[in-house]
Amino acid sequence: MPDATPPLAAPDTATLPKPIIQVRDLVVGFGDKIILDGLSLDVMAGEILGFVGGSGTGKSVLTRTILGLIEKRAGHISVFGQDLDEMPDAERRKLEKRWGVMFQHGALFSSLTVAQNIQVPMREYLDLSPAMMNDLAALKIQMVGLKSDAGEKYPSELSGGMIKRAALARALALDPEIVFLDEPTSGLDPIGAAEFDILIRTLQQTLGLTVFMVTHDLDSLASACDRIAALADRKVVAVGSLSEMVASTHPWVKSYFRGERALARLKG
Amino acid sequence: MPQTIASPGFEIRRDGERAVIALGGEWTLDHGRRLESLAEQLPVSLGEVRRAVLDISGIQRLDTLGARLIDQLSHELGSEGVSVEVTHARREHATLLEAVRARTAVVARPPRPWLIEILADIGRTVVFAGQDLVRGVSFIGEVVIAIGRALIRPQRFRWAALINQLEQIAFRGAPIIILITFLVGCIVAQQGIFQLRRFGATAFVVDLVGIITLRELALLLCAIMVAGRSGSAFTAEIGSMKMREEIDALRVMGLNPVDVLVVPRILALIIAMPILTFLASMAGLFGAGLTAWFYGGIAPETFVARLQSVINYRHFSVGLIKAPFMAIVIGAIACIEGMNVKGSAESLGQQVTASVVKAIFMVIVVDGLFAMFFASIRF
Repeated sequence: MPDATPPLAAPDTATLPKPIIQVRDLVVGFGDKIILDGLSLDVMAGEILGFVGGSGTGKSVLTRTILGLIEKRAGHISVFGQDLDEMPDAERRKLEKRWGVMFQHGALFSSLTVAQNIQVPMREYLDLSPAMMNDLAALKIQMVGLKSDAGEKYPSELSGGMIKRAALARALALDPEIVFLDEPTSGLDPIGAAEFDILIRTLQQTLGLTVFMVTHDLDSLASACDRIAALADRKVVAVGSLSEMVASTHPWVKSYFRGERALARLKG
Repeated sequence: MPQTIASPGFEIRRDGERAVIALGGEWTLDHGRRLESLAEQLPVSLGEVRRAVLDISGIQRLDTLGARLIDQLSHELGSEGVSVEVTHARREHATLLEAVRARTAVVARPPRPWLIEILADIGRTVVFAGQDLVRGVSFIGEVVIAIGRALIRPQRFRWAALINQLEQIAFRGAPIIILITFLVGCIVAQQGIFQLRRFGATAFVVDLVGIITLRELALLLCAIMVAGRSGSAFTAEIGSMKMREEIDALRVMGLNPVDVLVVPRILALIIAMPILTFLASMAGLFGAGLTAWFYGGIAPETFVARLQSVINYRHFSVGLIKAPFMAIVIGAIACIEGMNVKGSAESLGQQVTASVVKAIFMVIVVDGLFAMFFASIRF
């Protein structure tokens, strides 16, 4: 079969830092309560960004706003260099194929098995033979470190850690470029959490993912994340590596990264 | 950003017994089935060779599907005795290929023959029906014990829950039940007058409507409405608590879920059903009276006078005697089904459906038993 000769050594764009998600001056509120006020944040292609903040400060709100689940009051969000507001619906659906989301409690469809859960987006968006879909679902299940018989199980038969892994497998169903993880290690034991951090790292390198990770877990921040963004006072108050965070003078960031628990972790 | 989608393809260069296969384009999920058929076609067009080199430097984008297919290809060729080598992979493609290679394909279990499947299904259903019966009887026993406990120590009883349930079942349910029995009363009276008029026996419609409404109709309509309104609510409430381990939480606090959840609901039903049946009877008779007046030309005074001479206390009490039993049937089935909910949303839906269907069925069965009973004691 004749085929166009591929261009010579296409530049490896993944290594050049460029923002894949760009949030500018975002304002989000419910009623007369403002949750995010003038928040700006860049997520670079190919990085794992950890997003921290106190409980109830709006970490999940930012994720849900980027995903379009919450209306914003003002500001701009662009993903893959395209402004989400200016995008026609058809473009928007195409874009949704390019990201995967892992919700905090998994949000697996309870009436479907794990394998069927993974195949939901495949059936919706792809033209694949059923055999190939089964094969890919099984592959995804193994890639996230589940035993292959987990595919036959229903979410109610899974443990907390397995639900997280299954949810991650579903988020990866369409080989997305960006993966949003909402507290991926919450509710896991430290060993399970550490394994999950390694898993995210491995998958990110294997699949060339950009990962946006909301987390509380200092271990995850230290071991999995390339950069950290801290949310306080309704905006991002500090962005940078772990050492930059530790050096930050912002009171909340200071108490978070230089508290007793943090120091014990970071030293150890 | 405009995207040029380079469709996937391959090119074969032969060199004696060695063939170099140059893969190119995008080997990604977007190309789906086309890519699959491409991978099927490749070994065919390759023909007889001893060594094959898969040069994947031309692949612009590779995802798990592409990697999987390349892996399958090299397996397939390998099993035909061709030595396969994948070369010129970019670093990120090589990692992906490596990750995919480590995973083995899962062989799907073959389905059982359909005949055995059907027989097994019938067997299962029979066993479940038997278990249902046993569970139902033991559950009613548990409820009776719990009611006994509540009677011995009324201060421990959950009065607030009972009042709340009464409001939901009786107070909020009354309008729709009254409306429905009113309309059915109208319809039965109209049909009665229409048919009886031919025999010149229009006045007998009062006997007909009076007896049927008080003995059967009001109670049955009430029971069906309550099963649909409140029975389903019980199943859904208890079922979703079961799903989220709230029932287990009650147990470990030393609270008996039957005491906390079931007894207030069933007692509320036992109190509410006679009240609702009474209201329904009155509404049915009122509807019949109106129809008799406007359609049958029977004046209200005549209707009431005839009603008084036809209906005695027995007719009136039959409906009310049956009401608490219907309440127990509906309440017990609803709570049992609620407790049977498994972890999924689908199971909750199934259990709510089962609750309503079983409750209505059992209400009619119990009503039939009562009819035989009252007939044999000439009540």
